[in-house]
This record gives sequence, C-alpha cells and structure tokens, in this order.
Amino acid sequence: MTQNTANQRFPRTPYILLGLGALLYVFGSYWGLFIAPKEQYMGDVQRIMYVHVPTAWNWMLAVIFAFVSAVIFLFTSNYKWDSRLEAGLEVSSLLAFLLCCQGSIWAKPTWGVWWDWDPRLTSVAVLLMAFLGVIALRNFVEDAARRAIWSSVATIIAAVDLPIVYFSVKWWNSLHQQQSSPKTVSSDFYIPLRVNAFAILFLMTGFIMLRARLASRRLAEETSVGPEATSLGEPMAGELG
Amino acid sequence: MIAALRKELLLQWRSRSQFFSVFIFGATALLLFSFGVGPNAEILRQFSAGFLWLGLLLSSTLTLAESFHAEMENRAMEGLILLPADPRALYYGKAVANWIQLTLLGSALVPVMVILYDAGTTRLLSLLGVIILGAAGLSAPGTLYAAMTSQVRAKQTLLPLLLFPLIVPALLASVKATSLVILGDPMQSLNSWMSLLLAFDAIYWSLCGLLYPRVLED
Repeated sequence: MTQNTANQRFPRTPYILLGLGALLYVFGSYWGLFIAPKEQYMGDVQRIMYVHVPTAWNWMLAVIFAFVSAVIFLFTSNYKWDSRLEAGLEVSSLLAFLLCCQGSIWAKPTWGVWWDWDPRLTSVAVLLMAFLGVIALRNFVEDAARRAIWSSVATIIAAVDLPIVYFSVKWWNSLHQQQSSPKTVSSDFYIPLRVNAFAILFLMTGFIMLRARLASRRLAEETSVGPEATSLGEPMAGELG
Repeated sequence: MIAALRKELLLQWRSRSQFFSVFIFGATALLLFSFGVGPNAEILRQFSAGFLWLGLLLSSTLTLAESFHAEMENRAMEGLILLPADPRALYYGKAVANWIQLTLLGSALVPVMVILYDAGTTRLLSLLGVIILGAAGLSAPGTLYAAMTSQVRAKQTLLPLLLFPLIVPALLASVKATSLVILGDPMQSLNSWMSLLLAFDAIYWSLCGLLYPRVLED
C-alpha cells in the first residue's frame, strides 16, 4: 500500500526549485531593500512588505494544498497524498509562523503594538494553532491508516474554519492596511514583490516535495516490518546519495 | 439515531455525579477568573459573558472526553461498529447528547455568573437561545475530535489542542451575543451574532456528520 512514494520520478526537481527560489529571493530582496524607492509615509519599515505579502500569498497556497491533499486522500486512500498532507501541514505552519513574526515586526513601529486583533492576523494565528494541533495528533497516533484518515479529517475541519474565523473577527474588530493589488501599487514596488512571490513559491514547493518524500520514506519504513524492510529500504536509501 | 441518543442520555443520567463535578469545576473556574481581574465590580460585569463561555469551554473538554469513556472500556466501540446501524446515527446520537449536556451545564453556570459578577438580565429566553446555539457549536466538532482523541495517548492534551482553535468563531459570537443580552444591545446587533452562530452550527453539524464514518473505519 505504501509503495506509492511521493515524487520519486524527478528526484532532482526539489533541489533545482530550492536553488532557483534562493537566487530569486536574494535578487528580489536586494531590489526591495536597495533599489525600490522609500515609501512616502511609512519609510523603510514598509520594505518588510516585500517578504510579508509574498509569504502571505504562498501561505494561502500551502493551506489550499494541505486541504486538497486531505480531500484527495479521503477519496482515494492513496498514501502519496498522506505524505503530501504532512508536508503541506508543516510548511504552511512554518509560513504562518513567519507571517505572524513579520506582521509583529511591522506592526510595532507602525501601529505601536506588537499584536493587533486584525482579522487576517488573527485568522493566520488561529489556523497556525489548528494545524499545529493536527501535527500533534499525527505524532500521537501510531497506526498509519488511522493517522492518515484522522489527520485528513482534522485538516478539512480546520481549513473550513478559516473563512469563518476571518469574517467573525472582521465583524468583531478591524484595523488593517487595505489590501494592495499590483494595480494600485507603482511598478517600482511591485517588481520586488512579484520576484519574491515566485522565490517563496519555489522555495515552498521545494520544501513540500522534500518533506513529502521524507514522509513517504518514513511511512514505508514504518509499515514494512520484518525481512521485507531491508529490501524496501535499500533502493530508497541509495537514492539519497 | 433515537436509540443511540437514548443510550447516551441513559449513560449520562447514570453518571450524573460526574455532571455535578464538572459543574463544580466550571463554577470554580468562574470564581478563579475574578481573581485574575480583581474585585472591580464594574469590570467583572463587563467581562462576565467572556468568563461564562471560557468556563463552559474548559468544562466541555471534560464532558466531551468523558463521552467516549464507555465505548473505550471493554472495547465496546468495535461492537457498535459491527451493529447494522448507520455510523452517522451513532455520531448524531452522541453529539445531541453532548449538546444537551453542555446546554444544561451552561444554564447551570448562569446563576453562578449572576451572583459572582452581578450580571443579571431579564431576557432569560434570549440567553437560553445563545447557550443552546453556542453549546451546539461546541458539541459538533467536539464529539468528532473526542472520537479520535479518546483512542490515543495524551488524550487530555490533544482534545483541547484540536478543539480550541477551531471553535474561535463560535466562542466569539457566543461571548458577544451573551454580553449584548446582559449589558444591553443599543445597536440591535444581537441577531447578526446569532446568525453567525447558527451558520457555524449548520456547517459543522453537517460536515462532522459527513466525516464521522471515515473516523470509525479501520
């Protein structure tokens, strides 16, 4: 059942993506820090937007990826998608954590507070906690089949909560920068924004692929006990080199 | 489903001393919250709705975790799965039983809140409505998560870890609606919070019922 190791066909793709993402990231951040003009009202603090906004876009993608993996796993019971779910959960939690940190760093000089009960910030934090809960659940369930089903179910329930949290907190309290779209921003600002968006997209995809591969190897090791373990493990271990 | 509900209610009736201890737990929590604020009657009254719901939320983890206790003992769960009954009926039976229990618990905590925080109201019917809808929001995902966590190690940690972030919208709406009932509602916004609660309940009662059969599978 677990022979379906995720993305074995293109073993080098994630490394290429990571390298490309890192290069683009350096380029985009350089542009954002030194070439792009200073924002009129917020000054240099605004430059954190060149990482913050792309991180937010990619966080949304990672959450959607985790949700879709969970749904596909429940329909197909293909363990490839369980590994992808694990990767999606962890990478989106990392991005959510980064988002909260970046948001706080930006909020302190701009609003004078570290934390603000803004709908987007609060939804990210709530979903971060929910996904960390699902990751904890995965760690506590030994049986692979149960772990996969339960974490898919919990991921779906948590992801469905996201829009509800967003709108309820929005009603509750609001004070956030209006969302900017490339159309409302001058081109000097949006080039580093776009470059970094792709940089983080590549980095994220690379990490998800590597993490999914690791997850399926662990799963293969876990489910193959006895003499078959070595025969299953060897070709995969060889691939590492 | 009716049979499953009857079984759950009978079990709860037989363990009513447990309900009483959970109530004492909730009342103690309400007492402790006031020490976190200090003896300022005005502030306590303003926060009373939040304290009531936090107290109910903390107590709910105890009742929800306990609701699968009977199934886990003697591996009765396997027997239930083997029954030619729809697993959804089992879920809704247990969820409705938890809903009733949490509604009773919430209503029982109201007098404690009124006495401790001087947060009386004459709109008892609206308050009961908020408690019923809020308890529904807690019990639907709570029952599903309890079904999972009751079978693993560290269940006491995992249930709140999974449940608390999830019910943020329900908690928020319940607290807001309750405080509008207690402190007065100049903007007439009680209904919008009630409809948010209702929407949350509708989404999770259907979604959790849909997903529950997968959780039981092995």
